[in-house]
Amino acid sequence: MINNDEINKTKQLAMSTFPIEQIRADFPILGETIRNKPLVYLDNAASCQKPQAVIDSIVHTYSHEYANIHRGVHTLSVKATDRFEAARDKVKNFINAASTKEIIFVRGATEAINLIAQSYGKSQLKAGDEIVISAMEHHANIVPWQMLCQQIGSVLKVAPMNQQGELMFDEFAQLLNDKTKLVAITHMSNALGTINPVDKIIAAAHAKNIPVLLDGAQAIPHMAVDVKALDCDFYVFSGHKLYGPSGTGVLYGKQALLEAMPPYQGGGDMIRQVTFAKTEYAGLPHKFEAGTPAIAEIIGLGAAIDYVSGIGMDNIAAYEAELLSYATAQAEQINGLNIIGQAAEKGGILSFTLDRIHPHDIGTMLDSLGIAIRAGHHCAMPVMDFYGVPATARASFAMYNTRQEIDVLMQGIKSLIEVFG
Amino acid sequence: MFEDLRDLYQEVIFDHNRNPRNFRVMADANRQVEGFNPLCGDRLTLFLKIDDHVITDASFQGSGCAISTASVSLMTEIVKGKTETEADALFTQFHEMTTGKAEHIDLEAIGKLAVLAGVREYPARVKCATLAWHTLDAALKNQASSISTE
Repeated sequence: MINNDEINKTKQLAMSTFPIEQIRADFPILGETIRNKPLVYLDNAASCQKPQAVIDSIVHTYSHEYANIHRGVHTLSVKATDRFEAARDKVKNFINAASTKEIIFVRGATEAINLIAQSYGKSQLKAGDEIVISAMEHHANIVPWQMLCQQIGSVLKVAPMNQQGELMFDEFAQLLNDKTKLVAITHMSNALGTINPVDKIIAAAHAKNIPVLLDGAQAIPHMAVDVKALDCDFYVFSGHKLYGPSGTGVLYGKQALLEAMPPYQGGGDMIRQVTFAKTEYAGLPHKFEAGTPAIAEIIGLGAAIDYVSGIGMDNIAAYEAELLSYATAQAEQINGLNIIGQAAEKGGILSFTLDRIHPHDIGTMLDSLGIAIRAGHHCAMPVMDFYGVPATARASFAMYNTRQEIDVLMQGIKSLIEVFG
Repeated sequence: MFEDLRDLYQEVIFDHNRNPRNFRVMADANRQVEGFNPLCGDRLTLFLKIDDHVITDASFQGSGCAISTASVSLMTEIVKGKTETEADALFTQFHEMTTGKAEHIDLEAIGKLAVLAGVREYPARVKCATLAWHTLDAALKNQASSISTE
């Protein structure tokens, strides 16, 4: 066991050695003023801002190296293809996949889950089979399964959570049975910040030969992810939450599973040979990449991965953990503030309500101070129902946020409580 | 600290948010419509009693932000005693005021509702102010038991 002193020492080290000034200077938008106040951007769980390296990458591609990929013999097409495939290699290394064949580029985590539901789900599940999700899922990991259930008659089971917002593991494990054909669960909750015990979840599911899909949309910018060590069967995330361009996403799947799955969409790029009688599909990963992808954006995602890798995911995780504990301690001092989601294992999300003040009023008032937070249901209406609130206010942290920004947030909250009276 | 927001959050709005008027279930209502704004989760139930085309009583239940609570509270006050045609005309005026379409606002007709004019500078909040009125519109038309701003 590590004692608290050691943890504090590690945290202080993370704060003192983390190159925060340099990082902030790398994100041009952080110099913006909003309503004549310096921007305090705390809506990172919705989308992260982009470093200059990513912006430069997109400008460079379109200025010097753009053409369609996997097609032409001309120089630009070859260059663009090389850059695009280099990005795939970067993703492979970043999440420690066994092969680039296991890295499918999609538009985002949402499309990745829909792909798995429609391709894997439709081909491998039948009526009566069960899919297990959790009570803290984003709509993107609920609705695709409901659609599949309607189509084929499979059944959606929901593992409960407790008041702290933690998965009730025993109840989860009890849901696993002979009919369970897939566990699809979030690595980190976007509404609560809860980090799920994915090692235990995967072990329990694999003991019954049930594959596991992890929704990594929130987790990926906050911690090192090693799909081999996790032994998850699918892992999905969006590029825009990893400081990369919007319109990019990654579906990781174990090669054997992906090989067995039919294509999700038909079109160009996903074929080997087409006649009017028959089409032979391309091999992995192209089988799942019909049509022209977001070329410059995916190359930009590669640049984002280079950027965060340069800082180090473990350093980012340690720094953000310190920010969260600082923010939580400050928030706990405010009378009438209720933190929604108090899991022991938690990432940089502070979801809260204020007595008698609606989250939308909190959002507008903080916006007038230059502070961007999210107010709403966070695409997790069942989580709101669970806590009996229509919405929450949510401050979500990224590696470029500072203690000073959290002070500005807390001062803003205290002032608006006074104004509302 | 919130100087920029004075046009949006006027004292009348804080007052109606703290002490909403006509906040009650109406047992003898002859119109009842639920209004829902899925963007923010605001929900309200509007009760009307209409006798011979005149709104003789109006009340509401539900929860929402300060703008939507003040808007529905003020609305239930102003429509009491109005004919259905007059209430419908107010809806049009209010809608034009909050969406910034009105060339000039008839201050006499709109009365206290003018405190909500500031919302037109905040596109993300216009629906908070208009939810009550869309709900009233549905109740007057007697067409739906629930409406959504989406």
